Amino acid sequence: MPHMKEYDYGSAIRAGFDYLLSEYPEVFVMGQGLWSPWYVGNSMTDLDKIYGTDRVIDTPVSELACTGAGVGASLAGMRPVVVHPRIDFMLYALDAIVNQAAKWSHMFGGQAHPRVTVRGIINRGGEQGAQHSQALHSWFAHIPGLRVVMPATVADARDLLIASVLCDDPVVFIDDRWLYDLKGELPAPKELDLRAQGPVVVREGVDITLVASGYSTQLALEASEVLLEEGISCEVLDLRVIAPLDPAKVIRSVSKTGRLVAIDGGWRTCGLSSEILAQVVEHVPPNSMKANCVRVTLPDAPAPTSRVLEGLYYSSIEDVVAAARSCARNG
Amino acid sequence: MLGDLKDPGAYQAPLEISGRDPGLLVDLLRTMMLSRMVEEHLADQRREGTIGGPVHLGIGQEAIAAGVSQFLRSSDRVFGAHRSHYHALALGTDFKALFAEILGKETGLSKGMGGSMHLWDEPRGFYGSVPIVGGTVPLAVGAALAAKLQASDAISVSYLGDGACEEGVVHESLNLARVLDAPTVFVVENNLFSSHMHISLRQPSDSTARFAVAHEIPFEVVDGNDVLAVADAAGRLIEQARSGGGPGFLEAVTYRWLGHVDWRADIDVGVARSESDLKQWRLRDPIARLRAALEAVGQWSPEEDKELERELSESIEEAWSQAMDDPWPSDEALLKYVYSSEGGA
Ligand SMILES: Cc1ncc(C[n+]2csc(CCOP(=O)(O)OP(=O)(O)O)c2C)c(N)n1
Ligand SMILES: [Mg+2]
Repeated sequence: MPHMKEYDYGSAIRAGFDYLLSEYPEVFVMGQGLWSPWYVGNSMTDLDKIYGTDRVIDTPVSELACTGAGVGASLAGMRPVVVHPRIDFMLYALDAIVNQAAKWSHMFGGQAHPRVTVRGIINRGGEQGAQHSQALHSWFAHIPGLRVVMPATVADARDLLIASVLCDDPVVFIDDRWLYDLKGELPAPKELDLRAQGPVVVREGVDITLVASGYSTQLALEASEVLLEEGISCEVLDLRVIAPLDPAKVIRSVSKTGRLVAIDGGWRTCGLSSEILAQVVEHVPPNSMKANCVRVTLPDAPAPTSRVLEGLYYSSIEDVVAAARSCARNG
Repeated sequence: MLGDLKDPGAYQAPLEISGRDPGLLVDLLRTMMLSRMVEEHLADQRREGTIGGPVHLGIGQEAIAAGVSQFLRSSDRVFGAHRSHYHALALGTDFKALFAEILGKETGLSKGMGGSMHLWDEPRGFYGSVPIVGGTVPLAVGAALAAKLQASDAISVSYLGDGACEEGVVHESLNLARVLDAPTVFVVENNLFSSHMHISLRQPSDSTARFAVAHEIPFEVVDGNDVLAVADAAGRLIEQARSGGGPGFLEAVTYRWLGHVDWRADIDVGVARSESDLKQWRLRDPIARLRAALEAVGQWSPEEDKELERELSESIEEAWSQAMDDPWPSDEALLKYVYSSEGGA
């Protein structure tokens, strides 16, 4: 392939914005920190200089107004992306996302389509604590009308962003600062139809199915290497689009392996991992299951700050390995 | 508009102190020096990496909390934000417990569960600081409403920044406080910046007191680096709130010497933050201006200053090394505090 460049996840997001801003005059971006290297890592570098501060707007500290404005601009012909440098800050914007963007198509008989993309960044660790650490993707996935996208790879970071912005539905696009250094190659940009995107098998295996999304997919992939050395062959699925969720591949894989470990960076109760287990329970015949399903999630507690507790709080590769090992031995 | 209040070259002269109680002035000097030295220590430790999480330092802004706290009682309810070490220190919070908290130790103000950005010291009237911008502003109104319902003469104080004034909830809170006559004093520390962005890039006017006008709340606008101007204005607004006169709004104009977070000065990162402005603002030092005034009338001397600095530095060092030796929270702490009943659900 001609000139495939090495990118990292952060610069791949930037490449997505670069593509959108250059190809689509109706695209503009607004959010806090877009003119600063602090908030958004390398994912927006110099876009304001290239495309102008009219189209790449650093905003007042006004999450609700900015998100609502994004919804409004989208109704009036634009394709806005509203950036929240931390998903925790985005909670001020819930009305615009949940009551407005998610509802308008249905509520107005399919005539109104808020084609806004709301980008919320998961940014945790570093002793930042309870209000600067949350991974709230499951919440948004609970809301009909929203498409919720969680890229786990360098190519998806760019191409799912492009697909989200070009989609005529409201999209919550969630990227994760823990992935920004992930390296990968980027072929030419693709315009994917987001409606056709869903889970993919990123590693084939026969003994056990690991289902994950976003950063957890990387945990699952690394754990699967360790497990392979122990003779456990994992099939790893990356969900990519968690709402609306297409469970077919998960069901097919678990029907084959008979074992499931669901890995999620959110909380356990009513979280994404609960939905994965529910799909399996509903659709995989009980007699093809060889062991109880297992979940690797956060404990149901806010993020601590103290470094000793942070170490316990977040799931590690070892946690995934241990969970998969016990699942593989059971039954 | 703020006029010369935001001019870094103005207001550098020693404070006007004639007719003031020298003992009180020395107390204020001490409070500000403690605050400054504690935060300088934190800046050093963050640079060294001993502190693992972010610290938002208020060096250069000490006069505001020092002035406001003069009139506060331990029964009052004070709420802060991300940059609130000095709000607590001015109320007399034990800096050893602050250090322990920032280090994530069990002996910290929040039992090691909150770190620098989440502080709690109810015995001194400090009802919490959190880093969600604007998050505590309505809580302060509620705590004031509670005081009113309790027929107490307690008031609440809401410290917020110029950036926080861009959150809708702040405007809802101002209106609510006014219509409910909740005795809240809103103290806006207008340091002209919200992280990297100068106020001129975020708001059509540089003075946030216009929001008090909109909600018919009595307000004052002062040089936030003049501890006496702050104290006088705060005294009037607090007295008014305490005696049933409803909310008040104090805009104190200041500047932070360090960047938005941690130890760097960040002169190159801020949009419109410059080396020369910073240099001038450092000359508008709230501590130096009070110290010079006291020295000029023979109420303070370089020797006394050295002695105070030595004493503070010693106790800071001692508190720090104690905090470093303090125990970490136990593993159970992760779940133990999620609900009010210990042990979780
Ligand atoms: C809801 C929310 N939005 C954005 C942020 C990011 N943030 C943290 S502090 C800050 C600046 C706030 O400025 P100001 O209120 O003036 O306080 P200062 O930092 O100047 O003390 C911002 C934007 C946040 N913590 N919370
Ligand atoms: Mg400010």
